Amino acid sequence: METKLNVQGLEGIVENVTEATGADAIDGVQPQVVVEPETAEQVAEILKFARSEGVSVATRGGGTKQGWGNIPAAAEIVLSTERMNGIIEHEPGDQVVRVQAGAKFSYVQQSLFRANQMIALDPSSKLKEATVGGVVATNDSGPRRYKYNTTRDLIIGAKVVLADGTIAKSGGKVVKNVAGYDLGKLFTGSLGTLGVIVEANFRLHPLPEAARTVAVEVETPQQAKAAMMALWHSQVEASAIELHWGAEKKLVSALLESIPEGVEAKEEQAHVMLKSIGEVRSLNDEEYDELGPYPRPDGSGGEVVVKAALPPAELDGLIEVLTNATDRRGITANLRGHAATGIIFSGFSGNDEDALVEAVEEAREIIVRRGGSLVVREAPASFKRRVDAWGPAGDYMELTKRVKEKFDAAGTLNPGRFLGGI
Amino acid sequence: MEREKLIKAMEGILGERGVIHEREQLRTYECDGLMNYRVIPDLVVLPESAEDVQRIVRICHEEGIPFVARGSGTGLSGGALPVESGLLIVMSRMRRIIEVDLENMRMVVEPGVINLHVSNEVAHENYYYAPDPASQSVSSIGGNLAENSGGVHCLKYGFTTNHVMAAEIVLADGEIVNVGGGKANDAPGYELLGAFVGSEGTLGIATKVTLKLMKKPESVRTLLAAFGDLEEAGEAVSGIIGAGIVPAAIEMMDSQTVAAVEKTVKPGFPQAEAILIVELDGPQAEVDSQFQRVYDVCETAKASEIRIAESDEQRALFWKGRKAAFAAMGSVANDYYVQDSVVPRTELSKVLKRIGELSEEHGLQVANVFHAGDGNLHPLVLYNNENEGEGERAEALAGDIVFACLEHGGSLTGEHGIGLDKKKYMPKMFTEDDMNTMQLLRCAFDPHHLCNPGKVFPTPRLCGERPGPWKMHPIQKAGLAEMF
Ligand SMILES: Cc1cc2nc3c(=O)[nH]c(=O)nc-3n(C[C@H](O)[C@H](O)[C@H](O)COP(=O)(O)OP(=O)(O)OC[C@H]3O[C@@H](n4cnc5c(N)ncnc54)[C@H](O)[C@@H]3O)c2cc1C
Ligand SMILES: Cc1cc2nc3c(=O)[nH]c(=O)nc-3n(C[C@H](O)[C@H](O)[C@H](O)COP(=O)(O)OP(=O)(O)OC[C@H]3O[C@@H](n4cnc5c(N)ncnc54)[C@H](O)[C@@H]3O)c2cc1C
Repeated sequence: METKLNVQGLEGIVENVTEATGADAIDGVQPQVVVEPETAEQVAEILKFARSEGVSVATRGGGTKQGWGNIPAAAEIVLSTERMNGIIEHEPGDQVVRVQAGAKFSYVQQSLFRANQMIALDPSSKLKEATVGGVVATNDSGPRRYKYNTTRDLIIGAKVVLADGTIAKSGGKVVKNVAGYDLGKLFTGSLGTLGVIVEANFRLHPLPEAARTVAVEVETPQQAKAAMMALWHSQVEASAIELHWGAEKKLVSALLESIPEGVEAKEEQAHVMLKSIGEVRSLNDEEYDELGPYPRPDGSGGEVVVKAALPPAELDGLIEVLTNATDRRGITANLRGHAATGIIFSGFSGNDEDALVEAVEEAREIIVRRGGSLVVREAPASFKRRVDAWGPAGDYMELTKRVKEKFDAAGTLNPGRFLGGI
Repeated sequence: MEREKLIKAMEGILGERGVIHEREQLRTYECDGLMNYRVIPDLVVLPESAEDVQRIVRICHEEGIPFVARGSGTGLSGGALPVESGLLIVMSRMRRIIEVDLENMRMVVEPGVINLHVSNEVAHENYYYAPDPASQSVSSIGGNLAENSGGVHCLKYGFTTNHVMAAEIVLADGEIVNVGGGKANDAPGYELLGAFVGSEGTLGIATKVTLKLMKKPESVRTLLAAFGDLEEAGEAVSGIIGAGIVPAAIEMMDSQTVAAVEKTVKPGFPQAEAILIVELDGPQAEVDSQFQRVYDVCETAKASEIRIAESDEQRALFWKGRKAAFAAMGSVANDYYVQDSVVPRTELSKVLKRIGELSEEHGLQVANVFHAGDGNLHPLVLYNNENEGEGERAEALAGDIVFACLEHGGSLTGEHGIGLDKKKYMPKMFTEDDMNTMQLLRCAFDPHHLCNPGKVFPTPRLCGERPGPWKMHPIQKAGLAEMF
């Protein structure tokens, strides 16, 4: 291996050290080695080693979202959590699960399903490779966040390894707990820049017995908003209220979950509520797969995938901003989103990179001015060299830098990827 | 800075009516809801705006003066206890509701706003603010935020942290930062808001808070079930959870508590070894059907009696009995010590048994009344302070109960916080490395430890501490709030 990196030093710490290949590159930045530690202690030693050698560490779970954020400033070592993949503890009666970060999220869910429980997050079933650590580190969200909130609300404890090798935990395995600072939350969404998550504890919810998706066809952004508002401000207690805004079909749908009697009653109420807006129907299984809340454009819907957020009641405005910015430039934009949370994901494709850059910048400018945000999720490296993935931070940027500095003073972990280039 | 000069500087910012410096008046603020500890602050200031707070804190920063924020002073862990030679910043004049945005189901408030006022403000439109600590008629949103307060309904709806969307914070150096997304979700960056909520006033002072409102549920139903022992009641709880039902509340009381309650507020509860109150809320059809299941589960668990609240008045009576539990203890014991710790729910019966043993070992009675749904215990250690040494024994017993909870995988505190009261126990739950890591966050927010120093993390005892027996909080005495 042609490298300055002291590979032998690493081999003294952990058995599985392999040369990195092109497939391990992150936004074109080529790492030198991939290491697969099996314990928190090994993770600690690897990080200490990296720090002393002055090289960077990019933690990797399933690698499904390795390209999120800005182009890394450096990434010599890929630390894969692949071998730390067990469920440590699941006591159904406590409604709590404790898992290693490298466990596949889909595997954890499947085993919880057997006890009629779930972590109430919805990574797409297509993303079988996503790991618990990756889910926490990205704090992405699925449709059900409408009812259950996001990872930061469901994580009740975490064990992390800091850049200097300190192994620390916070929280615990009880749902109600206010002892000490909530580091599990701090690490949620930190994209591997504060430390390596090695374990996470979640509170669980019962698996709903029955579910149905009721959808109303809409034509205009205003109708979409009206449908969302009717559902949101009702007492139906939907689990998700979603937007599907494609060229052929435009829908607002509600995922209704409960016991069978409950679902029936909710379905009836939803039909009554929505019929003045457009054609209402309950989706069958096929339509549900295609139009229901689950599929999302992430990774499949275009060259550039963005996540835009505004206050929920501005859903119509959000749709307009995104479609205006793209339509005019001959860019196709399929919009999907968590309507009642004010979040829309969109995959942009078509036209050239200049047009894509302009479209994203225009939409971001307007959305930020209105108090929201537009984050570039996925894009070719050439695009990312021109547009910052995160957009402007608020007045919390200085504090953010100080937090990063305290946890990772040497900038060992995922340097350059996060907000403000930290 | 000399005290006189400091008073002048503060009066320059707040006017004379915003600064309290007479010793007698300062005594009003010498403790919070935990009256065992008392420290008289050097000075109390009453800001009326975020700018006031900022200017006050800047002076503290320049002069190295420690400061403590205080909301309504109902905290039960000594979080708002003043620091000697420090400033107490009382938020009670910052009580404006800045914006009610029903379209977005949000409300923006100043931190001194009382929890219940948030719900009252939007009740006519059928909305409410879900977190409902028993102190909701007096405690402030700022205090709730700092303590991550819970309430009976947090089993289903979550804690303060799940309902706060954004906060404006004055940091220890006087900088103002806005954390959280505001009315839009998911601002890019670290979860600074999530880390701030529950930090017990040690990371900065919240000066503005954006809250999530909710639509009131369509239907509410409540039942009360009596059991021959705590274990059977525990089985009923497991049965309900096992059936995939998430009640709005599940509360349990033991026979001693029931007897005390019957002596005082007389809700007419059945005399039983254990009483369970279960409340469901949500869409009507769902509630009706699940309610029947809860009923069946209680029957299967051999409930000796099940009562259903047929009217709002009856429901209120059930809750009155439960809410009176703490105050009622005064009728059976001179003094009591309230513990607040948590265990995984499946460990409940083991821990309750252990508490029984500890009670015998220490020769003091313990009454149990608790949030059964989430394993949050509030054991009441009964004692008589007039008997030589009983106060100390009560405290030792309360400590042993905490350790028992930790041994069974629990936590030091479920809702009252660490504050001053429990910081000595922190090393029982966390390693040095865990706590040092938490301190990194503290150092990023408040490098000089000026903001509520000496709380949460163990340090030597303060010189002003005066340990003593538990006393009923004035707001409780006044009948404004129940301990829960
Ligand atoms: C339709 C859909 C719905 C989804 N819904 C949700 C949802 O509701 N909730 C949710 O949370 N996710 C959801 N996801 C999943 C999410 O988008 C990512 O796919 C997933 O989190 C990435 O996991 P990974 O293991 O592949 O991470 P990777 O791609 O390997 O890593 C992603 C980032 O996390 C960092 N990282 C990974 N592991 C660790 C670790 N152990 N410690 C520190 N940093 C680490 C990496 O350095 C990198 O920066 C959803 C995805 C889709 C497509
Ligand atoms: C009778 C009674 C019943 C109770 N029931 C419950 C209950 O059911 N559930 C529950 O969780 N708690 C309960 N409590 C405890 C207490 O009411 C809560 O902790 C409450 O949130 C404290 O609010 P406060 O305004 O009184 O805060 P204070 O006691 O004044 O302060 C508490 C902490 O918050 C900090 N703080 C206050 N304002 C701010 C601010 N603006 N910015 C930053 N930090 C700030 C203080 O420094 C202190 O550390 C009860 C207390 C009593 C007396």
